[in-house]
Amino acid sequence: MADPTTHARPVEFRGGGFSPKPIRALGPVVFVVLIVLWEIGSQTGVISALVLPAPSEALAALRDLWVSGELWLHLGASLQRLSLGWTIGSVLGITLGLCIGLFSTVRAGVAPLVSAIFPIPKIALLPLFIIWFGIGEESKVALILFGTFFPTVIFTYGGIDNVDRGLIRMGQSFGLSWFSIVRKIILPGALPAILSGMRISSAIAIILIVAAELIAAEKGIGAYVQIAGSLFATDQLIAGVSILSVLGLTVSWLIGRAERFLLRWRN
Amino acid sequence: MDLHLESITHRYGDLLVLEGIDLEIKSGQIVCVIGPSGCGKSTLLRFIGGLEQPDSGNVLQLGDPPADSLNPLTYIFQDFALLPWRTVEGNVSLVLEDHGLGGAAAARIIEDVLARTKLSDFKKAFPKQLSGGMKQRVAIARALAVKPAVMLMDEPLSGLDAQTRELLMDDLIGLWTRERITVVYVTHNLNEAVRLGHKIVVLSRRPGRIREIIEIDTPIEQRTRGDAALEEKQVLLWNLLRDEAVAADMELASG
Repeated sequence: MADPTTHARPVEFRGGGFSPKPIRALGPVVFVVLIVLWEIGSQTGVISALVLPAPSEALAALRDLWVSGELWLHLGASLQRLSLGWTIGSVLGITLGLCIGLFSTVRAGVAPLVSAIFPIPKIALLPLFIIWFGIGEESKVALILFGTFFPTVIFTYGGIDNVDRGLIRMGQSFGLSWFSIVRKIILPGALPAILSGMRISSAIAIILIVAAELIAAEKGIGAYVQIAGSLFATDQLIAGVSILSVLGLTVSWLIGRAERFLLRWRN
Repeated sequence: MDLHLESITHRYGDLLVLEGIDLEIKSGQIVCVIGPSGCGKSTLLRFIGGLEQPDSGNVLQLGDPPADSLNPLTYIFQDFALLPWRTVEGNVSLVLEDHGLGGAAAARIIEDVLARTKLSDFKKAFPKQLSGGMKQRVAIARALAVKPAVMLMDEPLSGLDAQTRELLMDDLIGLWTRERITVVYVTHNLNEAVRLGHKIVVLSRRPGRIREIIEIDTPIEQRTRGDAALEEKQVLLWNLLRDEAVAADMELASG
């Protein structure tokens, strides 16, 4: 077969790539390097203290918060508003999403309304919330509730629409009741989408907590950030914002754990 | 329990898919339905089990199903239709729960049907962990759990590779020999039809009409691979189907 006059060479490899591999250490390294560079910049005066406070100053502000015990006061107040608003918003959102997913009349009547209200920045409605719910806890919880409700609705009925019709037909062919089909086939089938929705809505809730605590709040991370901002206490501002970031990471990690547990059949 | 199909006609919009189908399905028989793609054979199967309704004509049950049958008309689907979030055991238990069977009674049935389909060791496995052949055996176990009078099989082996298909076909033959369940078996595979069918119904291309009904008298358990008489039947079927298949293919190609 081989012709002695032609030379042999290996076939050029052109596969591979396009499959992200986990490199565990790199993320923290980038983070640490940035902070160190920032600190050096501040110490040497390359970054003016007016423009950006040094990380060490932000850390000091954080320590003050810790030592004075205010941290838990602020965090407690925010967490209460967040968990209340997010839980009620999610429960109501899943309920309405389920109704839109299951009943044609609800879908035809309500889905356009949901789509219309979903993109409104809820912060713009803040004055209305104050008029409706006063300046107490209610208006703060309501803002978060409102902000998390709509994405949850949309993710839930989207998830229901994507449930394999073949599985529903199977359920019918075995004589399962309507209720059983909803509970044992449709809901678990929509669960991945519902959890994705919760991930999004939890981020939205954290974004909204700052706005919610604009309303006459003395306690809360959002309020702390607001006050720091208005006083141009940028070290406290950075400290508050990093608490929000850690809060977001924690919630997203918790949802990740919940996904791993509830959707373990996928792996 | 026999089934009787009376002049079933159906359209999807303006498209006539089935026309004047009359068919008798006798208790204990395997009736295979073959035809070119798009001839409405799967639609016909959905009519038989009551998942869809024909525009005109009737599907009649003659006589009562056995008293212990939980779901007289039970399907086996081409894509298995297993719930991915339930284990093998959970998928079988799904169809018992609505009949008020739980606990020990359900466990006994599940144990029994998994043993009959050689799946006892995989009780706790999720569908994703199983091969195609095993998934279809889970679906068969699930069907057996409700003690069907008639099994309605929609191309049950079409999603499997050739070797698995042969193995599962042997399983089906073994199953039928033991239980003598009535089966309506839709397929486009002529070999499956001559191996499994007492009666082979050949449908024409759309609109599906019955072109011919072929009976094979050789007992199913005595039919072997490469049997000359069966080969002959298969050639006969192919000759019947060939022109229809070519025409159906052209139809699709021209939109």
